[in-house]
Amino acid sequence: MALIRNAALAADPYIELGDTGALPSQDPVLVSLEQWQQWRDELVAHPAPVGVRLTSEQHPEAIAADLEHLDLVALEFPSFRDGRAYSYARLLRDRYAYTGELRAVGDVLFDQLLYMHRVGFDAFEVSGDDPLGDYEDAVGEFGVVYQPAGDDRIPALRLRHARV
Amino acid sequence: MYRYDEFDHQLVAERAAQFRKQVDRRLDGKLTEDQFKPLRLMNGLYLQLHAYMLRVNVPYGVLSSRQLRKLADIARRYDRGYGHFTTRQNIQYNWISLEETPDILAELAQVEMNAMQSSGNCVRNITADPFAGRARDEIEDPRVWCELIRQYSILNPEFAYLPRKFKIAVTGAPNDRAAVGVHDIGLRMHHDARGRPGFEVLVGGGQGRTPVIGKTIRDWIEPEEILAYIEAILRVYNMHGRRDNIYKARIKILVNALGIDKFREMVDAEWQAIRGQGLTVPEAEQARIAEYFQPPAWASLRDIDAELDTQAAVDPAFGAWLKSNVSEHKAAGYAIVSLSLKAPGREPGDLSADKMDAVATLADLYSLGELRVTHRQNLVLTDVRQADLKELFRELVRLELATPNIGLLTDMIACPGLDYCALANARSIPVAQDISRHFTAVDKLQEIGALSVNISGCMNACGHHHVGNIGILGVDKKGQEFFQITLGGSSDQNATLGDRLGPALPQAEVPGAIESIVDQYLALRDSDSEPFLATYRRVGIEPFKTAVYGEEPVRRVA
Amino acid sequence: MTQVLTANRLDDGRVVFLTPGGDWSPVLNDARTAHEPVSAAALSQAGEQAEANSTVVGPYLIEVTQADGGIRAKAIREAIRASGPTIQAGHN
Repeated sequence: MALIRNAALAADPYIELGDTGALPSQDPVLVSLEQWQQWRDELVAHPAPVGVRLTSEQHPEAIAADLEHLDLVALEFPSFRDGRAYSYARLLRDRYAYTGELRAVGDVLFDQLLYMHRVGFDAFEVSGDDPLGDYEDAVGEFGVVYQPAGDDRIPALRLRHARV
Repeated sequence: MYRYDEFDHQLVAERAAQFRKQVDRRLDGKLTEDQFKPLRLMNGLYLQLHAYMLRVNVPYGVLSSRQLRKLADIARRYDRGYGHFTTRQNIQYNWISLEETPDILAELAQVEMNAMQSSGNCVRNITADPFAGRARDEIEDPRVWCELIRQYSILNPEFAYLPRKFKIAVTGAPNDRAAVGVHDIGLRMHHDARGRPGFEVLVGGGQGRTPVIGKTIRDWIEPEEILAYIEAILRVYNMHGRRDNIYKARIKILVNALGIDKFREMVDAEWQAIRGQGLTVPEAEQARIAEYFQPPAWASLRDIDAELDTQAAVDPAFGAWLKSNVSEHKAAGYAIVSLSLKAPGREPGDLSADKMDAVATLADLYSLGELRVTHRQNLVLTDVRQADLKELFRELVRLELATPNIGLLTDMIACPGLDYCALANARSIPVAQDISRHFTAVDKLQEIGALSVNISGCMNACGHHHVGNIGILGVDKKGQEFFQITLGGSSDQNATLGDRLGPALPQAEVPGAIESIVDQYLALRDSDSEPFLATYRRVGIEPFKTAVYGEEPVRRVA
Repeated sequence: MTQVLTANRLDDGRVVFLTPGGDWSPVLNDARTAHEPVSAAALSQAGEQAEANSTVVGPYLIEVTQADGGIRAKAIREAIRASGPTIQAGHN
């Protein structure tokens, strides 16, 4: 497993909070939604970054009011065919104005990286022999997009009329 | 019609290049079938009963003669010399090789065609009234919006892994020739009280195992907001549609579960948050696309009804064809001509490569180079001068594309069925062929009048049997092919689902059952001008049950 | 019960049957037959291997009958799959 964050390979500093519920004292910690709801006060006070990992059943409105306290939101793809997190990502970026790390985890495969990137993911938990090379290939595969999404690519709609 | 600019060309080329790499990785074993299948489907390729089947998009049913020639060429060089036009206005090839598909896509791109998202759990081909821009009854030409919705939906990153497929249909006429009532989203252009053109939006229509007529989610929305509204619907569906059971995953299930009011609330809340921003269509883009759909430079002619009547009197075959296959055009002196791909004994909706070339030539000679594909699996020449009709008729007779049955009993929709499709329970094409051979007499067809017969080989209802005046559904009864009949369906602006007539019949009894139903209708109609559907709605199903299953069946043994 | 193993060839999608020689033929009569569960399981295993090395897609067993030196599929669907559409070339 490798982590790509902001278009570079990165070590993952986050520790996933296990079932014991014992918070590591200084490390960034990644918790489930249930754990966030249960230990909210402690987690808000935690001296290191905190992340929440949502399953595909968990709509991000559950954490929308708490995003200022979070440096990481990880959205699960239990299967690459489960496309709910693409919409969750759009909402997090566009509706809830989340600016922290938005990480795709689970069944994250090469052929979905571009779309994930387009809807606002900036971190990806991937496998493979050359994850960074693959990532760069994937996000560079299209120079034209038709519609606005959660990214900076300008849709053809606008480019067509910008040049006049 | 729309022409690709450099952005469209680049996108299609990039997509084709991407798929070529995906195919190579699959053939090298770097992708499993499970990982590859959605990618393959989103490039139009099914693994079917005999080989791969490629479904090529014909956006909102509009085709140029140049494109039709390329489709013929592909049929010849990559397939077995024919193609099949579908109930979503697309074309399918049945004998395609995976290895050759990237080359086929590259060739299609040369004539501005593609197979993007023609399958898969994404937004499919946008379908429309095949007479758009030409029909005399049209309120607004919807094709500008069809093209805008197409571009919005193509390679949309948020909606490539929906719970299930998503189909959108659009009409700009009060007579709905696009079956918008049985689509996931149906759009009807009309004017509001102030005379402004806009869309009524229907949602949650569909056929298959649990057929539903779409419900109105919004009476009128300004066209500039339609992309944002569609995004709101898609987002609610993507997040809340069921993913636990593929038979319960369409948006119609979600709309039924929530109720239309609650569903509307959710969509409206989403739409309010996104409206007026990046998805509002700028005037400049509207105008750019509208240019492509300007009416052609029609000559200034007059209608020549009297002359046509005279010709019809002299040539009754021409007269019959005129009556059923020729429709009113908005420009005086012109006509819309339907080409029947339902000749007796033929495979409905199929067309050989040679005939595709011949039709392309006819389009150039008689129709300003433009054609349409209809969801009833026929073709249309959009701009034929009334003065040319007699001559065109003779050409079409030679090509066996002039069977005078459009909108009549033998203009059947038939899905490919068990002869081609891995999903089917029964063969639909032989049933259609049998029925068509039973009803060849033109005057009998005309006497019967408007009647839609739709045949599906399985519950997936690709043959639209639920909305046929007579629907025929193939079922598997202990390994034998049986057929269940439904009556009273309709896909027009008063869309209705058919009612089950009775126990399924063996294949040999189907044509006789149709005869009995037709005879019963003729006996019960209150005048020559009461169509089958009206009679059915007036008298109910009982007389037809008796006719088919009663003590002394009216049906004759085949 | 007599069975054979069928699949689609990956590269061109054609319907094929596993032969006694271990390769894949589009001709049903060439198929290796299994007359009891153990040999049927062996067919399935060969199919899984062929799928794993990207030769075929979706292998499965079908029931057949043998008569007059030929093999016939029992189910209509499999018979059509083996021999092609039943319609006479009747394209418009």
